[in-house]
Amino acid sequence: MNVDLLYETLSQIPLEDLNFWQSLFTKFYRAWFMEDRWLKYFEGLLTTIEVTVIALVIGVVLGVLVAMARVAHDQRRPGTHNPVLSAVNFVCKIYVTVIRGTPMMVQLMIMGFVIFSSSRNFTLVGALGLGINSGAYVSEIIRGGLMSLDPGQSEAGRSLGLSYIQTMRFIVIPQAFKAILPSLGNEFIVLLKDTSLISVIAGKEIVYAARSIGAKTYEYMFPYVITAIMYLILVMIFSWLQSILERRLRESDRR
Amino acid sequence: MIDVKGLKKAFGDHVVLKDITEHIYPGEKVVVIGPSGSGKSTFLRCLNLLETPTAGTITFKGTDITDPKSDINKYRQKMGMVFQHFNLFPHMTILRNLTLAPTQVLGKKKDEAEAKAMELLARVGLDDRAGSYPNQLSGGQKQRVAIVRALCMEPEVMLFDEPTSALDPEMVGEVLDVMKSLANDGMTMVVVTHEMGFAREVGDRVLFMDGGVIAEQNTPTEFFDHPQTERAQNFLAKVL
Repeated sequence: MNVDLLYETLSQIPLEDLNFWQSLFTKFYRAWFMEDRWLKYFEGLLTTIEVTVIALVIGVVLGVLVAMARVAHDQRRPGTHNPVLSAVNFVCKIYVTVIRGTPMMVQLMIMGFVIFSSSRNFTLVGALGLGINSGAYVSEIIRGGLMSLDPGQSEAGRSLGLSYIQTMRFIVIPQAFKAILPSLGNEFIVLLKDTSLISVIAGKEIVYAARSIGAKTYEYMFPYVITAIMYLILVMIFSWLQSILERRLRESDRR
Repeated sequence: MIDVKGLKKAFGDHVVLKDITEHIYPGEKVVVIGPSGSGKSTFLRCLNLLETPTAGTITFKGTDITDPKSDINKYRQKMGMVFQHFNLFPHMTILRNLTLAPTQVLGKKKDEAEAKAMELLARVGLDDRAGSYPNQLSGGQKQRVAIVRALCMEPEVMLFDEPTSALDPEMVGEVLDVMKSLANDGMTMVVVTHEMGFAREVGDRVLFMDGGVIAEQNTPTEFFDHPQTERAQNFLAKVL
């Protein structure tokens, strides 16, 4: 191949005799083409996407459950007392406080080296840790959306005879979802980028791949720049999908 | 039809309703008037338990609905409510606004609910807007849709909470016309309003509320022409 040939030729020349572009090319070749290393980045990328999706699902499910429990507790009929709901609300509060009050990396290290120290599946442990972390933030975003809606909306629903659950399902949640979509998108982007942290518990995602390539070639510029570009492209694709969704949900705003 | 006994409502230390006892008969059109802060909206909202009474009982057709064991959703189906700010569901088309509760609560088939909705929409002259979203309508149109939304549940009582207060003056008439035609059909109505002309024309009975009690009640003609209490006289002097 052309690049291989060029690299062969250049590698004959002593390093200090190469001009700027020639030495740049040599470094890039080692970081990308040599021993099919580009495959490693894409393997890492695949893991990153996989971890993001798993963590996203865990985060959304946890977030919705926690938010529903807390809002149901806060909006119960005054004077009534439900011990189960109070207990669930208390647990949810502790969960959110602990997760938001400790650094993500510490949580991941506790997950990886303490709770699941015997597990070899670092990637899955990392995804679980990220999902649990994300759930706390997602629950607060959803709670904010549910609380911000005009109380008249749920009153109108209830006055028609719809139950609390039906009112939530048909009236409150669809409107709240539209309102929180920008913050939710933001949280998902943060989550996507935070998957890089699972490399500290040996999750084999892009940063892990980049670091091991750098360790072999003693040259870190290209591996990390390539990593950055990959994240950037992923986030841009995600933002684009989000804007499409937002446009579709805005249909009822037309006047 | 609705029997209210010893109704009290307080928000924390703030007492809004002090011991109200009242009865609303089938087919009656009761108009509730009074200065702002007199508790008239709270009274209305207590009738379908959007506000939970602090004390007292409300009996709807023989059932105590303030009993925590009674299924409030069942009674709310029979009591339509129209709000000051319409409270239409902005993310749904008009038709979906109207058919949501009939299909979900009454278990009606979609086409059956839609046929009923279209028939009622035509009655208020808005059948051509069925596919629009609430934000595309004017205030008067929104309120007419809100009335139709309540009617789609085929209620036995209609509660109106200042239905024209948020409207531009030129749109008040179209909403009052719909309410008048509803009254002519024999619907039982409880209306909180500042429209004295409407109260005089449509009401069977006027409740004048002040300071959390019903200070005076009478037929509209008697009340407006010969108010008995000083508070009612002062109020009418300001608004008429």
